[in-house]
Amino acid sequence: MGFFTRKRSAESAKERLQLVLVHDRTDLTPAQLESLKNELLEAISHYIEIDPEAVQIGLERDGRSQKLVADIPLRSVSRHRAG
Amino acid sequence: MTAQVITVTSGKGGVGKTTAVANLATALAADGKKVVCMDGDIGLRNLDVIMGLENRIVYDIVDVIEGRCKLKQAMIRDKHYPDLYLIPAAQTRDKNAVSPSDMTRICNDLRPDADFVIIDSPAGIERGFRNAIAPADRVLVVTNPEVSAVRDADRVVGILEAEEKGSPSLILNRLNPTLVRNNDMLSAEDVLDLLGIQLIGIVPEDESVIIGSNRGAPVVTDAKSRAGQAFRNIAKRLQGQEIPFMDLEQQGGLWGAIQKLTGRK
Ligand SMILES: Nc1ncnc2c1ncn2[C@@H]1O[C@H](COP(=O)(O)OP(=O)(O)O)[C@@H](O)[C@H]1O
Ligand SMILES: [Mg+2]
Repeated sequence: MGFFTRKRSAESAKERLQLVLVHDRTDLTPAQLESLKNELLEAISHYIEIDPEAVQIGLERDGRSQKLVADIPLRSVSRHRAG
Repeated sequence: MTAQVITVTSGKGGVGKTTAVANLATALAADGKKVVCMDGDIGLRNLDVIMGLENRIVYDIVDVIEGRCKLKQAMIRDKHYPDLYLIPAAQTRDKNAVSPSDMTRICNDLRPDADFVIIDSPAGIERGFRNAIAPADRVLVVTNPEVSAVRDADRVVGILEAEEKGSPSLILNRLNPTLVRNNDMLSAEDVLDLLGIQLIGIVPEDESVIIGSNRGAPVVTDAKSRAGQAFRNIAKRLQGQEIPFMDLEQQGGLWGAIQKLTGRK
């Protein structure tokens, strides 16, 4: 890997800290978050059809508070039938 | 007169708490304030040597708590500033000799006769830390621009919020402007964004800090020291003055700022 493409270490430090802090603050491990996601998706798919591949669920920071942000695209019923 | 009680803490050890307490207390005294600093690190006494007062200790904080001496007798007067005092930690006793209510009581006794009481907290989030924050009106969190120090600082900020101590202010210590410029050190903006608290000062990495501690003379007494200038600025901010932040992160900015501030060149 060449000098010009190497990511400088400050950037790695910041990205890694962003993740670590959000888990520290919520007391939620990445594994727990993963199973939360799976259970959430299962519950939702009892009612509506979703595309599991397109789903994005994660923790985000907002100043000193955390939020669980979910972006769950729904499959269009009409398009699905036509297709 | 009623003193403001300020606790300096960090989570991680070795980030510069004791250095900050010695320097802020000295700078406040140099500005004519009556200051008492207290070493809260029972069993690992250090503030005395950093302030050059180790030979004057007779009584310590545990002697006060256990009634072997009066509070006044445990207050060691500084060599240069007659209105600056140190209450040393006990070196040999067990940590549980001090409780949060002991600290609150001692600070309440000090309040009428001082402008500032500054408490040096031990590292960690255990008993000594709880003791140190109990009487605080204001908390300063010290960190270095490094992943482990920032992570531990975040834990401490979370605990302070949970304890309803209010949002602490950040001292970012040992910032190396060259590394920041090369994107190999977290910048002040990065750390502030991660921690989500307000900044009270950025102190550069500076060898004069080590020279000062060798001599038992905090760097704020060295007019040429960059770190000394940063601590003098923080002391002014603690007194409610608005002092612009030194620009440590731009080429030449640091020296330019220092030269302007110290009137050199
Ligand atoms: N701005 C600085 N530049 C250089 N060295 C520093 C700076 N601040 C602190 N140090 C050094 O770092 C070490 C730890 O500082 P100290 O104040 O004892 O930390 P703490 O009380 O948080 O354990 C000491 O050797 C001190 O001289
Ligand atoms: Mg210390």
